[in-house]
Amino acid sequence: MANKTAANEHGGFPWKHLIGFVLSIVLTLFALWIALETDLSLTWILIIIFGFAFLQAALQLLMFMHVTENSTKTKLTGRVQVGNILFAAFIAIIIVAGSVWVMTAGHAKHDKHDEPKTENHGGHGGEEKSEEHGSHK
Amino acid sequence: MAHVETHDPNTPLEYRSETGRLNILGFWIFLGAEIALFATLFATYMVLTHRIADGPALGELFEVKSLLIQTFLLLTSSFTCGLAVHEMRRHNVKGLMLWMIITLGLGLGFLYFEIQEFLHFIHEGANIGTSAAWSGFFVLVGTHGAHVTFGIFWVTMVLIQVAKRGLTPATSAKVFITSLYWHFLDVVWIFIFTAVYLMGMVMHHG
Repeated sequence: MANKTAANEHGGFPWKHLIGFVLSIVLTLFALWIALETDLSLTWILIIIFGFAFLQAALQLLMFMHVTENSTKTKLTGRVQVGNILFAAFIAIIIVAGSVWVMTAGHAKHDKHDEPKTENHGGHGGEEKSEEHGSHK
Repeated sequence: MAHVETHDPNTPLEYRSETGRLNILGFWIFLGAEIALFATLFATYMVLTHRIADGPALGELFEVKSLLIQTFLLLTSSFTCGLAVHEMRRHNVKGLMLWMIITLGLGLGFLYFEIQEFLHFIHEGANIGTSAAWSGFFVLVGTHGAHVTFGIFWVTMVLIQVAKRGLTPATSAKVFITSLYWHFLDVVWIFIFTAVYLMGMVMHHG
């Protein structure tokens, strides 16, 4: 345990794996229940199920993949592994959230109309504005 | 630091050779790139998820039963794969083989149900060219399925090597790397489960 070089993983019952497995099942079923059986608002459902998804991904990384484990006595490799995965997760979130925001926040709404585009101020107001715009016609 | 190193007898075999250590660290870096790859496919899917043209909505065709079967098969295979590595670290080749073969069986089961589901969708009039949403769906979920297929072949070949050569620093590093790959496929599936299936069903029913 002193230097986490996986020495502590030897022998004995694989508690870490079993706990990870049980928690993963619980999170999966709970997410399904939240999504399909509750009357929460869409926003809350999305926050909760994505929270669970990231939690379960962390469980896999920590309990099954031993991401923090070091292959040498120095603690360098564990840090590199964790840092690399966190950086990749950061990139992934930017790519997904950024793409969704750019494409759905309403900036492109005016493409529907065949008339010259008017300025669209502000990001989130896009949808209401295009409706307003339509009613003027 | 070159070739002869003193080891804590507890150091797992896969960490004993420098090649093994570097390959494992390199594979972690590769997984970072895989995360970025899947992120682009998720982004495409989520942007296009409402562009269903004249085809069915995504959530309309998703079924909870099929989803849960696939999810539990893959989740359990990730667990048994972890047990295989646990046995490998106890130098129990038989245990390693047994759990890995179970893992492969569960992986094949996952693929069977995924292909059944794809055929069902196609039968219901949703193929890869039906709409932007379905294109995004089949490319994202199909890329994951292709990864699982590749993983099955890869693990099989590594197991053949273990059977022939026994557990050495070289073969154990290979087993460990395939195990990381297999767990990673389950991590990706967690997000497909959430962002594709759960969101699809919530949007459709809610």
